[in-house]
Amino acid sequence: MSATTLGPVEESIRTKVQLLLAPTALRITNNSWQHRHHTAMRDQGGGNGETHFSVEVVSDAFTGKTTMQRHRMIYAALSDEFAQGLHALSLKTRTTAEAQKPELPTEPA
Amino acid sequence: MFGSFLRSSTSVLRTATTAPTRTVLGRLPISSHYRFLSTEARAQIDKAVKSTPLVLFMKGTPDQPQCGFSRAVVNILDVYQVPPEKIKTYDVLVDAELRSGIKEYSEWPTIPQVYVNGEFVGGCDIVLGMHQSGELETLLETSNIIPTVPEPDAPATPQPAS
Repeated sequence: MSATTLGPVEESIRTKVQLLLAPTALRITNNSWQHRHHTAMRDQGGGNGETHFSVEVVSDAFTGKTTMQRHRMIYAALSDEFAQGLHALSLKTRTTAEAQKPELPTEPA
Repeated sequence: MFGSFLRSSTSVLRTATTAPTRTVLGRLPISSHYRFLSTEARAQIDKAVKSTPLVLFMKGTPDQPQCGFSRAVVNILDVYQVPPEKIKTYDVLVDAELRSGIKEYSEWPTIPQVYVNGEFVGGCDIVLGMHQSGELETLLETSNIIPTVPEPDAPATPQPAS
């Protein structure tokens, strides 16, 4: 967000999520710097600066799906990125209807 | 990371159709390790996820978590005071095979992972969401992991009505 140039991983997350889910809102935040002392990142020499992201997606492609199914959709689309060093995603996945409601946890169907 | 190298250079289908050469044979264990869990490894993980009613695959130990996401799940589970005999944690950092194996077994690319009665429940975000919604408490109760607390006379409301 603050960076003027997007890293290649962030860019590819954006492209793939857009392609897969046609989101009405998509916010990707790179939190990698917060994890630079994290054991796994130290092993990679501090990481490449693109290891940890939070992704907030609002899309009607999530309608009727459980949180786990929603997360799996995104994980599946980003399997290459995970294989290439992406380490963790913090996901918030809502439908447009859910996004209009105040932030209350959704009850299981 | 071996996985990235293999993923970028070899697809599953190509692995299957490539004529075996010295290099391919040499690399097969790694790629099959990454893409296809061996029957033996699967059986071991099967046993692990069913070893206790609640199983947590994490980085580090509950006393010394090595990752904030693992720490968060430990902290959440602490709230429910799960009896020690009902929970088992596995530190994936001391077992590289488990670390990659569990990801494949669960078809979930990240650690931590929570299992209840052999069923995959989710990672940190999902467990946190279930904790906030009350779903986790219900799941732990109905799975006989924690005792069911009888409802007080008045129906419990999450927040006082204003």
